[in-house]
Amino acid sequence: MSKGRYGIHGGQYVPETLMNEIINLEKAYEFYKNDPEFNAELDTLLREYAGRPSLLYYAEKMTRDLGGAKIYFKREDLNHTGSHKINNVLGQVLLAKKMGKTRVIAETGAGQHGVATATAAALLDMECEIFMGKEDTVRQALNVYRMELLGATVHPVTTGTMTLKDAVNEAMREWTNRVDDTLYVLGSVMGPHPFPMIVRDFQSVISKEARQQILEKEGRLPTAVVACVGGGSNSMGAFYNFIDDKNVRLIGCEAAGKGVDTAFTAATMATGTLGVFHGMKSYFCQNEYGQIAPVYSISAGLDYPGVGPEHANLHDTGRAEYVPITDDEAVDAFEYIARTEGIICAIESAHAVAHVMKIAPTMSKDDIIICCLSGRGDKDVAAIARYRGVDLHE
Amino acid sequence: MSNIARAFDHGKAFIAFITGGDPDIETTRKCILEMVRAGADLIEIGIPFSDPIAEGPVIQEADLRALTGGATTDDVLGVAADLRAETDVPMVFMTYLNVVFKYGYEKFFSKCREIGMDGVIIPDLPYEEKREASEVASKYGVDVISLIAPTSEERIKTIAADAEGFIYVVSSLGVTGVRSEIKTDLESILREIRKVSDLPAAVGFGISTPEQAAKIASYSDGVIVGSAIVKIVAKYGKDAPSHVYDYVKSMKDAIRGL
Repeated sequence: MSKGRYGIHGGQYVPETLMNEIINLEKAYEFYKNDPEFNAELDTLLREYAGRPSLLYYAEKMTRDLGGAKIYFKREDLNHTGSHKINNVLGQVLLAKKMGKTRVIAETGAGQHGVATATAAALLDMECEIFMGKEDTVRQALNVYRMELLGATVHPVTTGTMTLKDAVNEAMREWTNRVDDTLYVLGSVMGPHPFPMIVRDFQSVISKEARQQILEKEGRLPTAVVACVGGGSNSMGAFYNFIDDKNVRLIGCEAAGKGVDTAFTAATMATGTLGVFHGMKSYFCQNEYGQIAPVYSISAGLDYPGVGPEHANLHDTGRAEYVPITDDEAVDAFEYIARTEGIICAIESAHAVAHVMKIAPTMSKDDIIICCLSGRGDKDVAAIARYRGVDLHE
Repeated sequence: MSNIARAFDHGKAFIAFITGGDPDIETTRKCILEMVRAGADLIEIGIPFSDPIAEGPVIQEADLRALTGGATTDDVLGVAADLRAETDVPMVFMTYLNVVFKYGYEKFFSKCREIGMDGVIIPDLPYEEKREASEVASKYGVDVISLIAPTSEERIKTIAADAEGFIYVVSSLGVTGVRSEIKTDLESILREIRKVSDLPAAVGFGISTPEQAAKIASYSDGVIVGSAIVKIVAKYGKDAPSHVYDYVKSMKDAIRGL
């Protein structure tokens, strides 16, 4: 069995052209993650530039209204660029620079990772090219312009379903085309080893802070940690430092789209099967012949047909639970948290909020839920308006 | 020794690729028979995949046409079985690991033996991950072909020493597709391979003209051509077989006697 395994999942299923490059990346990462200078630089960037630590906010009104567990939000939406994605890209782009690379490429779905990568590239003087499904460039036109403002080139991807998985395909193809000066800055805990490990490590700052913050505020660990899962980076980051705390429930919320019993879903754990794709063994939405299925969700950041290998293993071992949340539930939650707490969160994060709304009332007042608000929702306002039948265009 | 070695018995080998089921299974069957008649020494039949990450636009579109036309893994295995009744030319499948994995290694490779397929090329199965498939494949006498890329460097020896059937040398960085120029120092890669392996080494990715074929065949054991053939199929559809014959013949003629 090769490197980077999480149970039976993970591995390095990539074309030979990329093998030396991902081996080099792993070596560089293993060196720099223990390098005091690298860590000092990254810490400064996270603190002074991204705005860390992010707040752990007690949602008192929601807690009262739902009448059960105490609800805390880990406010990744308050980070610079508006989501948790910045945690990972500052790490990876800094790593790329240390490796002597001059150019970064990345895929993006909703545009959050693309914007974050373009931001880090601007700051650290790297050339930047972003691959984004054409469908998503339409759904998230504002983010396309944002990336261009930051000096990145955005390539609309017109192959396949023209969404996130096709953007990953194109970014991988581009990487095989130009490896010497380029690092592929993967946006989630997916792909071939070492990416799932690197992205998880950079995102684990979320649970590192949250664990300490909840101990300071409540003097005890939470009953449950809830986060949305597409590829799974914010959830992996939110879960990671709680994995050894066996009494803390870890709950990942997948995008069920129009429902897991319909063809319009992106809930990989609920509907997927074991496969090998995008460099990793994991669960994927696919047909009986292994053709990757077109997936659907209102959220451009969650409509990915796979899930990171470490999540697949947490699912297999039962350490984490994964639940499907429909578009309708997510939109209701999006509106509810806006009205109740005055927070417009990303539609991705609203999937996690929707589950909190379901479970909090069933729990006791002694219970504590930490929900990761992975991003802010400005980007989604027009789409939600359209979903509600309001003819609003950006 | 596998049947694949026979492909290299009569001089430099011409290896022809076609996507199974593009635009339909019957056209694939006819095209392959024409390739054989035109002198192709080894046939690579692509089993279409929804997300072929090592392919350029030409083969991506062929996969899409085949899948849209309803071609399944079983259909492609079926046409290979039909062809086996008509020709003993060495044949291999080319596909992505998920297609084989999902079909089931046991089921897939036992069917390969039943049909008389000689090998399989899986571009997203590097040396480190090869064993899970090759252990089953070898039980059924099916070679898992190894690829060596311009970036392989010190990996060349490890991969070549472990290879079976033939060695697929990737000519250039990037994905499959016609290229006007190939810049990689292939001769030094081939020298490295020959230090550790007696297997034939054929070069693919980007080769389309008789001149390129002749040049590359002068220092390798064969040339692999895919996108240029798939382009002909895309252009002529059901009428492609005679055009494929003409093209393959021109390519084979260019490397004959080298």
